[in-house]
Amino acid sequence: MTLAPTLRTSLIFLAIALAGLMVADISITAVNPWRDLGRFFLGMVTPDFFSYQGLATALLRTVAFAFVGVSLGATFGFLLALAFRWRAVRMGCAFVRAIHELFWALIFLQFFGFHPLTGVLAIAIPYTGIFAKVYSEMLDETDPEPGRTLPPAIGAWLTFLYTRVPQCWQQLCSYTAYRLECGLRSSAILGFVGLPTLGFYLEASFSQGLYSEAGAMLILFYVLIATIPLWLRRPLLPAYIVAAPFFLGDGFPIVWGNVTRFFTSDIVPAPLRHGEGMDGLLVWLADVAVSDALPGLWHTLVLTQVALVLSGIIALVCFPLISKHFTGPVRRTGGHVMLVILRSTPEYVLAYILLQLWGPSMLPAIVALALHNGGIIAHLVGRQSSTLQLRPDAPRGFGRYSYELVPRLYRSFLALLFYRWEIIMRETAILGILGIYTLGFYVDSAIQNIQFDRALLLIVFTALLNLVIDKLSRTIRARLALQTLPTC
Amino acid sequence: MLIRHLRRFACALAMTALPLSAAQADTFVFTAIPDEDETKLIERFQGVADYLAEELDVEVRYVPVKSYAAAVTAFRNNQVQLAWFGGLSGVQARRLVSGSEALAQGAEDESFQTYFIAHSSTGLEASDELPAAIRDRTFTFGSKGSTSGRLMPEFFLRESFGEAPEDIFARVGYSGNHTRTLRLVEAGTYEVGALNFAVWEKELADGNIDTNAVKVIWRTPGYPDYQWTVRGDVDERFGEGFKDRVRTALLELDDPELLASFPREAFIPADNDDYEPIRKVAEEIGILQ
Repeated sequence: MTLAPTLRTSLIFLAIALAGLMVADISITAVNPWRDLGRFFLGMVTPDFFSYQGLATALLRTVAFAFVGVSLGATFGFLLALAFRWRAVRMGCAFVRAIHELFWALIFLQFFGFHPLTGVLAIAIPYTGIFAKVYSEMLDETDPEPGRTLPPAIGAWLTFLYTRVPQCWQQLCSYTAYRLECGLRSSAILGFVGLPTLGFYLEASFSQGLYSEAGAMLILFYVLIATIPLWLRRPLLPAYIVAAPFFLGDGFPIVWGNVTRFFTSDIVPAPLRHGEGMDGLLVWLADVAVSDALPGLWHTLVLTQVALVLSGIIALVCFPLISKHFTGPVRRTGGHVMLVILRSTPEYVLAYILLQLWGPSMLPAIVALALHNGGIIAHLVGRQSSTLQLRPDAPRGFGRYSYELVPRLYRSFLALLFYRWEIIMRETAILGILGIYTLGFYVDSAIQNIQFDRALLLIVFTALLNLVIDKLSRTIRARLALQTLPTC
Repeated sequence: MLIRHLRRFACALAMTALPLSAAQADTFVFTAIPDEDETKLIERFQGVADYLAEELDVEVRYVPVKSYAAAVTAFRNNQVQLAWFGGLSGVQARRLVSGSEALAQGAEDESFQTYFIAHSSTGLEASDELPAAIRDRTFTFGSKGSTSGRLMPEFFLRESFGEAPEDIFARVGYSGNHTRTLRLVEAGTYEVGALNFAVWEKELADGNIDTNAVKVIWRTPGYPDYQWTVRGDVDERFGEGFKDRVRTALLELDDPELLASFPREAFIPADNDDYEPIRKVAEEIGILQ
């Protein structure tokens, strides 16, 4: 019997995930996880909005960092999109976006320290890479014909501005607005490494078990994201962009000697710095590979594959919650709220919460990644399902789900899932900072030991792995002829 | 066109940076390793900042950081000029900043200790040796960069078992700080943990430990730990003799409430050589190269 290619691919990934589950370290080590989970939910329903005077400031900073970072990213991304036909630009963009915002922040912290530039660049650099790619794809899709009708004397620049850009202006805008939402999440988690955004206070409250404080912060964050359409108005945008840099907070002056030292000494591999030559370098590289890179790689891959498939399962189970083919408007609203909460909670925060509650193993990370990514995919698939027209006599209930909707939606579902593969991998690596033995754990250990050469090598290794996964995902999507819109 | 865009953005960036740097040219800034709950640290070090501001007659500011390495890096990058370091972070910092000096330590820090603690479900009892029965349990250190929560317990574990912690225990974690180690073992998330004895004693005295759930099973021999370390170039920046004034101010700190918040009896003089044993252990374990 031959299977449809999409089904065959799905089954292969399912098998890999099951094998991964066998070797993954999964357990709840907390003696009383449910008591803590109960206390956490109690905190969520009894939020304490007045514990920190700094809470409003933290929110403001979160928004300011997101605005400045995303605006810079969008501007440079647009400029680079114009040069995207050059291989060097494409590869450069792919490389910078393969490195997670938190890794960028950890790098900049070493020489800019607690200067606002650290947070701004940590968002702006990877976002530039993403914007360049997506903008260039959007521009490529436009019709070149209107441009040919203009006299050549007008020049390429103006022709481009007046014929290409207007065709995809709407898409450019809505994608940029969408990215701003992602930017808010990125900005919030930067607090976990010490920048003055929401994560800073969230971490402090959670680690001390002050769940009502933490609950208040999470609720404010959800409200902030859910009300984006209300406060993010086009006429106000210039005002926001001009004002945002002034709300980044007072950092510390940059000492330029630190920057020079970082690039000329700190990141030079130790054996070269100590003049041990090529032999020393090889020994050092072998040591990094055996004690850090390979174990980190293994755990990262296992966790990624399990989380990927679980995300898919959650998406398939949850999309009916917001599909008009299954529930009425009231329950759909409930479904929307749930999915908004899932997708606006950054994986990092979810994983952090679950780790506190269940104790350390891969389980909290898997569940966090699956809930967040599953939530995003369920939202998109559910929305798409509501656009489908079914026959009046179509079956109801489970029959409708399995015979009418899933077959029609499966290809776009799979496209979204594969699109998120490299995103899940990038997040998996970063979750190591929380103490799960993925690549981020070894990066963090190297930084804790003040070995930036080692840390940077591992970050580059993680980025290369991410590029491989991205390539693989692209190949699979091309082979199965799957198309999708970018998500973050 | 492109150049103009770039220039405009460079200007915008510079504008964000400028007012920030000008405002705090001569504030004396210090930090501390985040070894305990943040609320406690902020309370404690705000008190120290107020005290130092009065004694030194300059503006003094405390900045909280999220990791031990961040404290060392801020010190190295001259974004802070003074820090309350642990033994290991102090050694790391002084290696990276030539001319920096250990000024003062707590009276308890000459001979500091780590307590190994266990959840009651393990049935482990207090003993004079590190109990062999901790093998194959789950175990948590504090922060990766901690002296009493990582370096010294790892040293004693290796000495006693002749193996790396990962091979001794079923699972090895890094809780982040001492308070969290205590809470995690108390809750049974980890069966065994190692923490700063002073944190344990203080929490015990404050009635914050459920002694039915967690108990001390072994006390390590003493070793040098926490100290105040100052950068070598503070005299150039804040005036001749500033370093000595900082030292005197710290040694003369006698506000009982402030001392109790550390908790330390008093601060006594310290110098870089006091921490040689820590440097040797860190090199032996491979944390320092």
